[in-house]
Amino acid sequence: MSTPVIVANNVRKVFGDFVAVDDISFEVAPGESFGLLGPNGAGKSTTMKMVGAVSTRTSGELNILGLDPNTDGPAIRSRLGVVPQDDNLDNELRVRENLLAYGRFFGMSHKEVATRADELLEFAQLADRHDARVEPLSGGMKRRLTIARALMNNPKILLLDEPTTGLDPQARHILWDRLFRLKEQGTTLLLTTHYMDEAEQLCDRLIVVDKGRIMAEGSPADLIRTYSTREVVEVRYGSDKNAEVAPLISHLADRTEVLPDRILLYTDAGEATLARISELGHHPVTSLVRRSSLEDVFLRLTGRSLVE
Amino acid sequence: MSPIVVPRRRFGGLYAGNVRAVIERGLRATKSSNKWVVLSGFFEPVFYLLSLGIGLGSIIGSVQINGVDVSYGAYIAPALLAVSAMNGAIYDSTWNVFFKLNYGKIYQTMLTTSLGPVDVALGEISLALLRGAVYAMGFLVVMQVMGLVLSPLAILAIPAVILIAAGFASIGMAITSFMKTFQQMDWINLFLLPMFLFSATFYPITVYAAPIQGIVQALPLWHAVELIRGLTTGVFGWEILGHIAYFVVMFAIGIVFTSRRLRALFLG
Repeated sequence: MSTPVIVANNVRKVFGDFVAVDDISFEVAPGESFGLLGPNGAGKSTTMKMVGAVSTRTSGELNILGLDPNTDGPAIRSRLGVVPQDDNLDNELRVRENLLAYGRFFGMSHKEVATRADELLEFAQLADRHDARVEPLSGGMKRRLTIARALMNNPKILLLDEPTTGLDPQARHILWDRLFRLKEQGTTLLLTTHYMDEAEQLCDRLIVVDKGRIMAEGSPADLIRTYSTREVVEVRYGSDKNAEVAPLISHLADRTEVLPDRILLYTDAGEATLARISELGHHPVTSLVRRSSLEDVFLRLTGRSLVE
Repeated sequence: MSPIVVPRRRFGGLYAGNVRAVIERGLRATKSSNKWVVLSGFFEPVFYLLSLGIGLGSIIGSVQINGVDVSYGAYIAPALLAVSAMNGAIYDSTWNVFFKLNYGKIYQTMLTTSLGPVDVALGEISLALLRGAVYAMGFLVVMQVMGLVLSPLAILAIPAVILIAAGFASIGMAITSFMKTFQQMDWINLFLLPMFLFSATFYPITVYAAPIQGIVQALPLWHAVELIRGLTTGVFGWEILGHIAYFVVMFAIGIVFTSRRLRALFLG
């Protein structure tokens, strides 16, 4: 494997007496698409900021493109593209001007920023909006413009903090398509998300983070294999009866989870398990057999309780 | 695309030598969004000059500076020029900066690029100065037309205004970087208004008792007014160097604090 572009070794970030990131270690290879998954407050954004050289770590080793962000912030940042969680576009400037000004911040020449801005407006499907004001753009357009802006300096690594949060399904799919193209062109992607489908779509490898620690690491398929079964059977008996039926059918699955509205049975052969349930005479009101997803892994690792 | 070259480890990553891009962004934003706000700032001191200089001046007649008689209009015009330099610089470095820090998140964006906090601070302050210089030139033209420029040294009022604006802007930005709410921002006005009225702007400082004179002389606007007045009337002595030094020090302190604060806020 070629030299990793990001190496984190026991990186820790403490704010006062709150440990936001607790000794995490990972490596990202060039061209890889690497995900940080976790509930809100897990330390994803803080990790991204440290990688982006805009927050200094409390301890541990961090190496981005061979440089230490504590001493080489500007040099590292010149080779990164950053798409923050909330679109912080410059509302005082027009669409194309946002790209021009941003390119200039990197010290690129006027000619270079002009060419690059036009290319990226095409890429972000915003060429017809080049002279529009930023404020009234739709959420999807703003996000695409933010991504275009992050690409102005032709970055080696693109950092995306929850890139599709708050977007409608069409906008998400357009965005995934654009990101997938970047990945094909060899851009390393580091993204945080709490959408499991997004992680499965985009990430070659990911870590699940909770309370500042790494809970699991691997490819989406690996993680599903390790922490879940191939399939999941969901059966509903009505909210008052689920808890009553669960013990009677739990021996049919590797693992059973009782939720207020349904019972989940983790099994490698969903249809067969469902058939056995019926044979035992426990006919559910509704049932569903589906493939196990990262969501199951995620919920197993980080728990179902709501984190606010 | 040619690769981006960033000097490594210059001032611990605080300065990338690209102040120009920050200034450019400001000019672009002015052209795109804030043209009229900027233009309106020019008229305020002109209105004051017309109202007080011509109106009140016709009753007052003349004022003595170091034993030299000058018309009331020629007495307050340089003070108003100093005040407009202060107001322009303060507006740009407080309200404008406050908004960009807390709502526009523009500095946050700038600092995700290869810019350092010193580039951002210097760039924003330079913009305030540029604006101050443009106002000053316009106002000097008005003074010339009204016959209130008494000395050819008045041309030096332009660099003097830039220096004054630099002092106010750098301190203003440093203070604003600590502000979190609109209410706190109002405290700045509470300080500025009395300073405007009592800094020997409209009458000589000699009307005050000695201890009060001391307080006024400690405030920046008094030094600004005296500096500009000396240049446009041509009546001044060696003390003018003291006024200049006051603003050089003020500027240096402001820059150091602002850069430190920006670093703490965005690169902490």
